[in-house]
Amino acid sequence: MPKKYQIHTQTAAPRFHPIGKYATIEFRENCAGSCRKCVKKKCVYDIFKENVLHMSAMDEPEYLYTCMSCFRCIQECTKGIFSRTINPDYRTLGDEYWRADTLHRIWYQAHMGKIPVSGAGYRGPFVGPGFDSMWTDMSEIVRPTRDGIHGREYINTSIELSRRITRLEFNPDLSLASPVPPIQEIPLPLLFQPATDLVINEHVLLSAAKAARRLGTLMFVRPQDVTEALRPYADSLIPCLTRDDFKEHGDMIQASRVIELADAPGIETVFEAVRRIHPDVAILVGMPLDARSAGRARDLAKTGVDSLHFTADDHGNEREAQTPRFLKEMIREIHLELVENAVRQRINLVFSGGIAMAEHMAKALICGADAVTADLALLIAMECRLCGRCRNGLRCPVELDQPFDTGWGSQRIVNLIGAWHNQLIEVMGAMGMREARRLRGEVGRSMWFEDLERDHFGPIFGERKVSGLG
Amino acid sequence: MKQTPHITQLPETKEARSRFRNTIGKYTIKRSSRCISCGLCAELCPYGVHPRYEKFSKPLRPVEHKCIGFKCKENDYYCIDRCPEKALTLRLNPVLETLGDYRWTAEMLIAHWEMAETGNLPVVGLEYNLGCSGGGFDKIRFRLPDPADYRDISDEEIDLGLDLNKRKDGRPERRLSLPCYSGGMSYGSMALTALVGRARAAARLNTLTCTGEGGYPKEFLPYADYVITQVATGLFGVREETIQCAPVIEFKYAQGAKPGLGGHLLGDKVTPEVAAMRETVVGSSLFSPFPFHSVYSVEDHKKHVDWVKEVNPRGLVSVKVSTPTDVDMVAVGSYYAGAHIVHIDGSYGGTGAAPDIAKKNIAMPIEYAIPKVHQFLKDEGIRDEVCLIASGGIRNAMDVAKAIALGADGAVIGTAELVALECVRCGNCESGRGCARGIASTDHELGHMMSEAYTEQRIVNMYMAWRKQWCDLLRQFGMQSVRELVGRSDLLVHLDYLDEAERARYQPAPRQQLII
Repeated sequence: MPKKYQIHTQTAAPRFHPIGKYATIEFRENCAGSCRKCVKKKCVYDIFKENVLHMSAMDEPEYLYTCMSCFRCIQECTKGIFSRTINPDYRTLGDEYWRADTLHRIWYQAHMGKIPVSGAGYRGPFVGPGFDSMWTDMSEIVRPTRDGIHGREYINTSIELSRRITRLEFNPDLSLASPVPPIQEIPLPLLFQPATDLVINEHVLLSAAKAARRLGTLMFVRPQDVTEALRPYADSLIPCLTRDDFKEHGDMIQASRVIELADAPGIETVFEAVRRIHPDVAILVGMPLDARSAGRARDLAKTGVDSLHFTADDHGNEREAQTPRFLKEMIREIHLELVENAVRQRINLVFSGGIAMAEHMAKALICGADAVTADLALLIAMECRLCGRCRNGLRCPVELDQPFDTGWGSQRIVNLIGAWHNQLIEVMGAMGMREARRLRGEVGRSMWFEDLERDHFGPIFGERKVSGLG
Repeated sequence: MKQTPHITQLPETKEARSRFRNTIGKYTIKRSSRCISCGLCAELCPYGVHPRYEKFSKPLRPVEHKCIGFKCKENDYYCIDRCPEKALTLRLNPVLETLGDYRWTAEMLIAHWEMAETGNLPVVGLEYNLGCSGGGFDKIRFRLPDPADYRDISDEEIDLGLDLNKRKDGRPERRLSLPCYSGGMSYGSMALTALVGRARAAARLNTLTCTGEGGYPKEFLPYADYVITQVATGLFGVREETIQCAPVIEFKYAQGAKPGLGGHLLGDKVTPEVAAMRETVVGSSLFSPFPFHSVYSVEDHKKHVDWVKEVNPRGLVSVKVSTPTDVDMVAVGSYYAGAHIVHIDGSYGGTGAAPDIAKKNIAMPIEYAIPKVHQFLKDEGIRDEVCLIASGGIRNAMDVAKAIALGADGAVIGTAELVALECVRCGNCESGRGCARGIASTDHELGHMMSEAYTEQRIVNMYMAWRKQWCDLLRQFGMQSVRELVGRSDLLVHLDYLDEAERARYQPAPRQQLII
């Protein structure tokens, strides 16, 4: 049995005060001043400790990052003057996909390296768009697998990025006749793809590269971004090349385990030339996720490609479509196209865009992906607020555009991915899955909103008259 | 022989006020310094928003949660208009935005606090039957009743009894007086006063409460006939005598909030008392594995059931499972293994601590699981021999009624009881010293914030308010017993399955973009 893959996390505090969800309000006119019974002094969680002076000099609302929402300060203030509201900055944090609570959760995981755990039940909508309209299954009948804290079994989360042959052939002397491609394996179904339209500099990339090396995964990188500081991490990088420029980057190809070639007509004709430079290199072909993807995947699967890499937009949506489909549907389409053409086993599918939570990783695999990439989440782990100021050439509020300690940055990313990995193990354990590779396309281990409505509400309520989620 | 209900008359409701100095209401009323203490507002308000002590001329702070808000404007006692000094201002309470969530909205929380305080349904305009989740119970409505069906009978004449044993196997045919009982909460995870208060309330209501996995404290013994002993995967605190004294023994295979995952009690929480109760070592973390390590098949499960039946010849057996795709087969297997009660716990249920990813994603919501299991049991021809109990995301009286109409015999309630004790669902039950509001905490300070009497009365009050809703519903459909409602899914409609014109006749699903 191989050594158990474990991600060692370590607390990495934020450098800046994160944007909190709540702000306090005090109707000061009736305050007794420095009340000896001031609820701020009595806070069970001591969240006002940092600004104890604030109690007697309340100039502006306090933006509470760590408020635990117990409401005791509001309900116990001797004068009833203490209240709170949503922090206006929190309202504008993120967007409709990368919501403020998603960012908060990423920050928490990057800080602590722990799975978010809470009491009380689920608090969100019954069902939501995208991945929120499917549930993962578990079973009292199928044996669960136990890893993590229970540690009885080993749940293997590794996947391959190299192509596979579907059958072996032998010579008359029983020696192996089939050429067996080299195996490129990574220990978790997650790669890195730093966003290129936000802050991207050597410190950001170096933090991510260091984290990729520690985690044993790989990071997509543009050749122009590979500085001298990044070169020592070449075996953790996937240089993104094209048919036209790959010859200029022979040194990168030689140093890398995996390279990506941008899709182009006749791209398969250069695979051989690439392998002449580095025979063991795995070749990914990268392309946008759009309506052509499934057909292109089917065609390329019959060539010598190892993996295909599809990139959706930041919200996980299909590109260049009037009514774009979400990653979930797109993965299904591509996966099933390959299954129907009996070529799914040969290659691996990697999807980028919109992977914001650990559950997205598990659900993408269920839909048919081999792996996904973390993109915006890497920056968010380093405190990015998705404010977009960098796009306009403005200063980054958390100074990611300035030199910073890449050890801190990589630890934050390792913490986030460590927490995601543990969550993947949790859901796989509940499902009774021992291998991430076995989860690929295993929709039988999931439940979909449309199916549940049809099967369980249909017989009671008849025909559904509302399309979509209602 | 059917047992007669323990109570022939309804338990008394009486005011059980908030433990906190400032209550949270839908509206806020502020009194400015212009107030001259004339006392007119106190005289006018029939809801007691403006308390005033005799021989004390200063006005007291308004009891805001009693205020009925802007709809009062049409009354001649509207204090805002009548105040001679215009010293009073009324507005929606801004703190509501920071309270509640899609499933338990701020109004639902406030309404349940009010029910627990008074035993009556709130007079303030609060939506307490529907959340903003946009699906499941929040989109299911009871059909508009035919006025001709109305049955003019009093609440006392309506039977809300729940039969736990339908197997006719010679064991007690226990009937509860409510169509629900309390969910398991462990010793060590909750303040002891909360646990004992719940048991006292169960006794007064002739229903049941459950030990959870933490063992059976001696304080439960006076109420033993109303306390379920839970046998969970860690087998903590399970002894022959705790099985023998229980009317129902519940095997917990899984929990809806974290199906397929085990439990983990942090070492810090394993105090000498908890360790003694669980028969473990002080300060050492305790794991409840998933599933039972001794159960690898339905035959093994049957051995478990046979074991407790042998130990307690008068005990009924409940099997609690979560809601995966094959929940229907699990239910049937449990029946054939000898269970009296099949308890299915849906994915949106409560917990003391669970990974957020599990609460949101693993297993199906209870709304789907109930009709699935109900129908499968019917097809097997055994529905009439099983008591099917649903839980997990059943928040209020109407959710219970909808669950019953979908096919359950009754429900298990957890979160609502905690809300009655003024839980705000902040979700920090497990962190640090535990619940800051003193409910789910054994901390030397926090764990003593409320009394057993307070707990008991608040819970009794809440169920009595719920009872009014159930009685009203049954009357409208011409029913005298809640058992007539079981499986009557023909009385339900789902807004997404109605034509637009038909849908317009029903209350729309509340829509609100919440910041969570």
